Amino acid sequence: MTQPGERLDRGRVITFTFDGKPVEAYAGDTIGSALFAAGRRTFSRSFKYHRPRGLMCVSGSCPNCICSVNGASGARACTEPAREGIDVRHVNALPSLEHDAMRATDLVGGPFTPPGFYYKTFIRPRRMWPLYEKVLRHAAGLGKLPATQPEREWRTEYRRRHADVLVVGGGLAGLHAALAAAGAGADTVLVDEGPAPGGQQLVTGGSRELVGAVRAAGVEILERGSALGYFDGLVPVWQSDTLHQVRAAQHVFATGTIEQPLVFAGNDLPGVMLASGARRLAALYAVSPGRRAVLATTSDRGLQAAVALRDAGTEIVAVADLRPETSALGRSLRAAGVPVFAGRTIVEASGGSVVGRATIAALGGGAELSFHCDLVLVSGGALPATSLALQAGAQTVYDRASGQFELSELPAGVHAAGELARARCDEAIAASGELAGLRAVAALGRDDRGRDDGRHDDGGRNDGRHEAARDVVRARIDELEARSPEAPGELALAPAVSGAGRGKCFACLCEDVTAKDVSQSIDEGYDSIELSKRYTTVTMGPCQGRMCQLPAVRLMAAETGLSLGSVGTTTARPPWVSVPMGILGGRPTQPARRSAIHDRHRELGAVVRWAGDWRRPYHYGDPQAEALAVHEAAGLIDVSTLGKLIVRGPDAGDFLDRMYPNRFSNLRPGRIRYGVISSDAGRIVDDGTICRLDDETFYVTTTSGGAGAVEEWFSWWLAGWGHRVRLTDVTQGMAAVNLAGPRARVIMSEVCDLDCSAPAFAYLDGRQGRVAGVPCLILRIGFVGEVGYEIHVPAAHGVHVWDALMAAGERHGLRPFGLEPQRILRLQKLHILVGQDTDSESTPFAAAMPWIVKLDKEQDFIGKWALRHYAQRTPATSLVGFTTADGDVPTEGAVIVDETGTPAGQVTSSRHSPVLRRTIGMAWVPTALAQDGVAITISDEGRRLQAEIQTRPFFDPDGEVLRS
Amino acid sequence: MSFVLTCPNCGPREVTDFGFGGEIGARPSREPSFRELNAYNYFRANVAGRQREWWYHRSGCRAWFIAERDTRTNEVHFTRLPDDEDPAGEAMVPAGSGLAGARRERAAGTRGWDLR
Repeated sequence: MTQPGERLDRGRVITFTFDGKPVEAYAGDTIGSALFAAGRRTFSRSFKYHRPRGLMCVSGSCPNCICSVNGASGARACTEPAREGIDVRHVNALPSLEHDAMRATDLVGGPFTPPGFYYKTFIRPRRMWPLYEKVLRHAAGLGKLPATQPEREWRTEYRRRHADVLVVGGGLAGLHAALAAAGAGADTVLVDEGPAPGGQQLVTGGSRELVGAVRAAGVEILERGSALGYFDGLVPVWQSDTLHQVRAAQHVFATGTIEQPLVFAGNDLPGVMLASGARRLAALYAVSPGRRAVLATTSDRGLQAAVALRDAGTEIVAVADLRPETSALGRSLRAAGVPVFAGRTIVEASGGSVVGRATIAALGGGAELSFHCDLVLVSGGALPATSLALQAGAQTVYDRASGQFELSELPAGVHAAGELARARCDEAIAASGELAGLRAVAALGRDDRGRDDGRHDDGGRNDGRHEAARDVVRARIDELEARSPEAPGELALAPAVSGAGRGKCFACLCEDVTAKDVSQSIDEGYDSIELSKRYTTVTMGPCQGRMCQLPAVRLMAAETGLSLGSVGTTTARPPWVSVPMGILGGRPTQPARRSAIHDRHRELGAVVRWAGDWRRPYHYGDPQAEALAVHEAAGLIDVSTLGKLIVRGPDAGDFLDRMYPNRFSNLRPGRIRYGVISSDAGRIVDDGTICRLDDETFYVTTTSGGAGAVEEWFSWWLAGWGHRVRLTDVTQGMAAVNLAGPRARVIMSEVCDLDCSAPAFAYLDGRQGRVAGVPCLILRIGFVGEVGYEIHVPAAHGVHVWDALMAAGERHGLRPFGLEPQRILRLQKLHILVGQDTDSESTPFAAAMPWIVKLDKEQDFIGKWALRHYAQRTPATSLVGFTTADGDVPTEGAVIVDETGTPAGQVTSSRHSPVLRRTIGMAWVPTALAQDGVAITISDEGRRLQAEIQTRPFFDPDGEVLRS
Repeated sequence: MSFVLTCPNCGPREVTDFGFGGEIGARPSREPSFRELNAYNYFRANVAGRQREWWYHRSGCRAWFIAERDTRTNEVHFTRLPDDEDPAGEAMVPAGSGLAGARRERAAGTRGWDLR
């Protein structure tokens, strides 16, 4: 016979390993239920004292069953589904859970480890701290990250979901809210973090039909999903490998309450469980939590669990009901033969590695009763799960009657349902859910924030039928609101601590903070809840206050004599549950970019590295040899990463004249000109070459990283001006290669249908012709200093053209070259690399390119006013070339120092040139020094290097080779 | 920060789809003094309240558009393309429009800018 709430498929047995040993489970088990069924009681060792800890909440709230699954730490065994073959390991115990050497800190060090112990003790002598730290780091923490991470096989996704109504919490209230909202026509999403929707109904299986009705109403249910926080109306929901970013117009929070533990001596022993946790273990997973149980409760909630567990075969040895008189339920238990002691609570649980005895007494002292047992059930009141509502802007007030911090003011668009709205019995909870759902629907389109304006005014939503439906909704709201409020159930307020002096009474299980620690922190002056939190770290552990917020507030109130309301609570910050960083990181939105010829580079043995978003061949094995080959024979480099924009229209020339400090309207079709884009502040933004294809068409290239930014920049100005110009970004559509070297012309002649002789195809000519039969745009430019042809080809034919060039060049000594040899070659020519040699402060004048700025240009252009200003002033520093005396290559970023050793500039590029057989570089130096032959000193990580300034290119300074 | 912006071309999208282009200010229409130039380049009004600003639909249609947003609440009052009628009826000059002599006649039927 199975329980009505049972989640197991007893026909399917699965096997996983715990600490390397196989464990059998049924499909539907959690790791925790399977281990408990197999007899395990110790699930972890505590943070500071390494005390054994067992299942307590069975809801993923407490820290007691944190384990690692397949190397990822932070899973809660009690909620993590058991899956075939997973590798589960314990955390924070050495060598094993059963025998933890660090337990000594509990047995001998207990009295000596007050809050702030590390800070107070290990501060002297200061030089010893590195040693202390090593030891302490080893002792603390929950779990270990593997030193190396395997290539991740899973990927995370995120998804955006816009909805009318988001309901958080799939208990009775949330289900009714979702049903009501969807029934009234709202697009509704429901999030539930339990093993299945149903909340507290799960243990009786009572919500299955309701869940079916909700689903049938069209509600999207995000099962086993956690709403992590509320961010200006956006609620991220973590579900498995997906982060749903749910943006709804209306929010219904039906997050319920969290049963609270009691603070007494030994309250952390394995076998001490929340009453509802033990009940879940039995009802959902068919695991008996114990044979003989003692219950300590402050309300009927604990009694209900005891009744259910008694049905399941657990003997209830004694009940300590803190209320002066027990309730009807208590009296019926008493009638059934269970000893129920009113006005008593538990003062101590004792035992070895599991609980063996429980002692109960009246709060004021007096006779004690002691019982043998293997299970202690505690129910210390309820903590409303108000985090999300608080993040949305709600307030809480302390309610003396319920002993809880209840929601008081809700912002527009936020509705509370169920226990969060102070409903207690099932009927009231269901009604409050329906009411919240209907209120959300009624508010749709009325107080939506940040929604599309027109969304609720079209699509027939506002026709007569819709109005009639609204009337029904309003009538039902009136009906529900008219119901008399429910009388609060009888309850006793749990004491701050009971049994103090008998042993450690834990206020916070996550961080091993005892009631005594909290008292001591107050004595030391940390007498507000927020200060005490920071000092003792209570509420700062993995449970984030779910198990310790209320106990901490009670302790603070008891010690300071303040009311609970005056003590208040700590700020509720997201995330609601521990969430893997990978989920927050999500899937990269910027995919890696590869050129059309990428695979060929791989085949040629290229070492590929990141260059911005691009994967680029860094070299093909020997960068120095590749650089030499370009000068001695020929080289071929993939420059597909260049940004490529077609600027077309009757005003294209005029537009470019305004975007660049030099002129383009007078550029003849078929000719090329270099350009530097400047901002209105006169700073260098980007650079590239521009080829005029015909009267109305320009082919603009940008730096590799700059394509997107230049397109944005151009289109931003166009948005204001209204030039008749269209921009087309063809960066991905066109592959490009640069063929350069003394043999480049011969190779080109063999594959190109154009006359490639010097006069016919001169330097800075741009021609459209066929290369290996493919129509291409060929630009005669050479930033590597040799005769060069930059061939732009439709990406689909990139590999074909590359192969044809490589084949034709084979007997001429053609070699492919990568980014690194290209850096050497362009440095020889002192060509700046925007972003490497320049920064956001660099002007064309300071970067030694005054010739690019045409201040006599009659039109206005971007940067003209600022550049006119800079033209009249000597820049503080200037960009120059340098060579080092003894061939040392300084680190890029090394500092130029003056005679007093004061920093005066820095190295931006430096390489050894195999062609010149010396070290060359570029650096910013004080302008007074920016003259040929001036000696400078470079301070490079402790070294001092002597260098000499050179302002003209190191290779072919007059460009004769280039133009030949 | 999290809110929804309605791209005039594509519709409502999360703000993370967009690039922010800053508050809208006019580029000087004639050569500014050094002080005016620096104010134009570096100073912003930084209003606490309603502000006209540029947005770029970077992960979408790659169009620049204009939004009026309350900087205190992130409430977006309207969005429109630069050529569209201003909902508030204001003649509003985008940053680039002051470029001397750069204006071209727009096609008939679209609203021109009153530049001076």
